[in-house]
Amino acid sequence: MEPKIRFQNVSYFYGDRPALRGVTLDIPPNAITVIFGPAGGGKTTLLRLINRLNDEVEGTRMTGRVLLDGQDIYTPGVDVPLLRRRVGMVFALPLPLPGTVRENILYGPKLAGVRDQARLDEILERSLRLAALWDEVKDRLDDPASRLSGGQQQRLCIARSLAMEPEVLLLDEPTSGLDPISTGKVEEALQELKHQYTIVIVPHSVQQAARVADYAAFFLMGELVECQPGRDLFTTPRDRRTEDYITGRFG
Amino acid sequence: MGKFTFSSNPSHPRWGEFAIESTIRLLAFSSIGFVILIFFFLIREGLPIFWEVSPDNLFGTRWYPNFGLFGTVPLILGSLLVTVTAILIALPLGVATAVFVREVAPNWAREILKPMIEILAGIPSVVLGFFGMTIVAPLVREVLGAPTGLTAFTGAIILAYMALPTIISVAEDALDAVPKSYRDAGLAMGATQWQTIWRVVVPAARSGIVTAVMLGLGRAIGETMAVMMVTGNAARMPLTLDSLFRPIRTMTATIAAEMGEVAQGSVHYHALFGIGIILFVITFIINATAAVTIFKKPRRGGLR
Ligand SMILES: Nc1ncnc2c1ncn2[C@@H]1O[C@H](COP(=O)(O)OP(=O)(O)OP(=O)(O)O)[C@@H](O)[C@H]1O
Ligand SMILES: [Mg+2]
Repeated sequence: MEPKIRFQNVSYFYGDRPALRGVTLDIPPNAITVIFGPAGGGKTTLLRLINRLNDEVEGTRMTGRVLLDGQDIYTPGVDVPLLRRRVGMVFALPLPLPGTVRENILYGPKLAGVRDQARLDEILERSLRLAALWDEVKDRLDDPASRLSGGQQQRLCIARSLAMEPEVLLLDEPTSGLDPISTGKVEEALQELKHQYTIVIVPHSVQQAARVADYAAFFLMGELVECQPGRDLFTTPRDRRTEDYITGRFG
Repeated sequence: MGKFTFSSNPSHPRWGEFAIESTIRLLAFSSIGFVILIFFFLIREGLPIFWEVSPDNLFGTRWYPNFGLFGTVPLILGSLLVTVTAILIALPLGVATAVFVREVAPNWAREILKPMIEILAGIPSVVLGFFGMTIVAPLVREVLGAPTGLTAFTGAIILAYMALPTIISVAEDALDAVPKSYRDAGLAMGATQWQTIWRVVVPAARSGIVTAVMLGLGRAIGETMAVMMVTGNAARMPLTLDSLFRPIRTMTATIAAEMGEVAQGSVHYHALFGIGIILFVITFIINATAAVTIFKKPRRGGLR
């Protein structure tokens, strides 16, 4: 199967400090790929390269290529807002935008120019259902989003990304602030979503990595140590450093 | 063992510290005292008007003190007309400038603009009034074909100019306080830089921007000198649509213009202080509203 996203020998620098070193990685469609490793390994940087959010950071430099559906997303002339609609992102902190639940979800579609009310209602319900949040908020659609619980806010952010009908969903430690039950709900939602979307997630723990991974990539200090189907990586890691990390014997 | 030489010895009170503390306390209390005194003076001199003159007269539409007519309504409406128009001009300009300085301008431009805006705040109002009389007023007359350039609109332009520095710097701080993650969230949804600013960052800074406008408004409504110089000072009811382009008179200008020629203790004298009380109440309400919006701040949503 053709990979959805390909990193070809990508290196990335903040000033002179490398955050990624010669990363070559294929991310398959319709599966959950887990990017994990110790802090500062470049996981967030890697995600932010896929939707070009790091364009906003000054004083950075990149070499190598990042392809989406075989197209280099860093060639001149790429429509960056359009790219970001194809590649949704959910951040570590649930961050509702100012406004109601409804406004949060419909923010993206409205930006994209959807005006038809019936269509908007349909998007609203569909994305909230996909994020396993519909039943909890269907009576509170016009409440301020900031009144939802932390776990609900995070699923709201997932739903907000889904409302743009992206092809790829990037999640950076989406459950780091959540209790186990909310975490479970988010993970379940992801299992449903992977049939339609390409999902790339930075998990907040090795346990979560092992639970959700179809594929897992282990990063250490900007270097891709290994990438394998999750089942294999967590049972028979090829590299010693991976083994040390997942068994908790790391530095 | 047990020699705590650092503990203070109660038989040696620290006189120096005591003296400093008492002085500071005295100064603090005396400035509060002065404010209270001013307030009581205002009340004592102004309150009698509310029974010396009948309410119909006091809240009537004609201000002719020489004929015993003390209708304050045209003055109140005059102040409101000038102030509200000033805010309508200053709000979009101020917020747009704040957005430009904070979000769009490159660093070097920001370094130049910020001190310039602060200098703007330091221009004495009489200078602005002069500028208004000699440059803005003729311009208003030419462009509008009005009989005189000394109009409510001219006053509003000058006041807007005075309120701008306050609005810009407070709004800019509010924008600065919006976490970077909001911008990221907006951009990640496929919004352009402008869409992110107008639909995410500015709404997130809303309460700070409201405060900025309130503070600007507070400054504008109490302003006297510049307004007196450029509004034409005719105490007429601003009721028709073209009132904005006619002379009017504000509460502050009335007090400033007439206080010098009035006999102390006369009805007219009390009436001027009465206007002071009304002005005080209005300003107080505005400031209180601003304070409430400041302290009701945390509506940012779940940053926890
Ligand atoms: N905006 C930035 N400016 C400068 N250096 C940065 C910036 N963002 C990240 N870095 C550096 O790049 C390296 C990789 O950071 P990154 O955030 O990608 O790591 P991470 O794997 O996501 O870590 P964590 O698990 O702590 O989230 C780190 O050394 C970090 O200090
Ligand atoms: Mg990270």
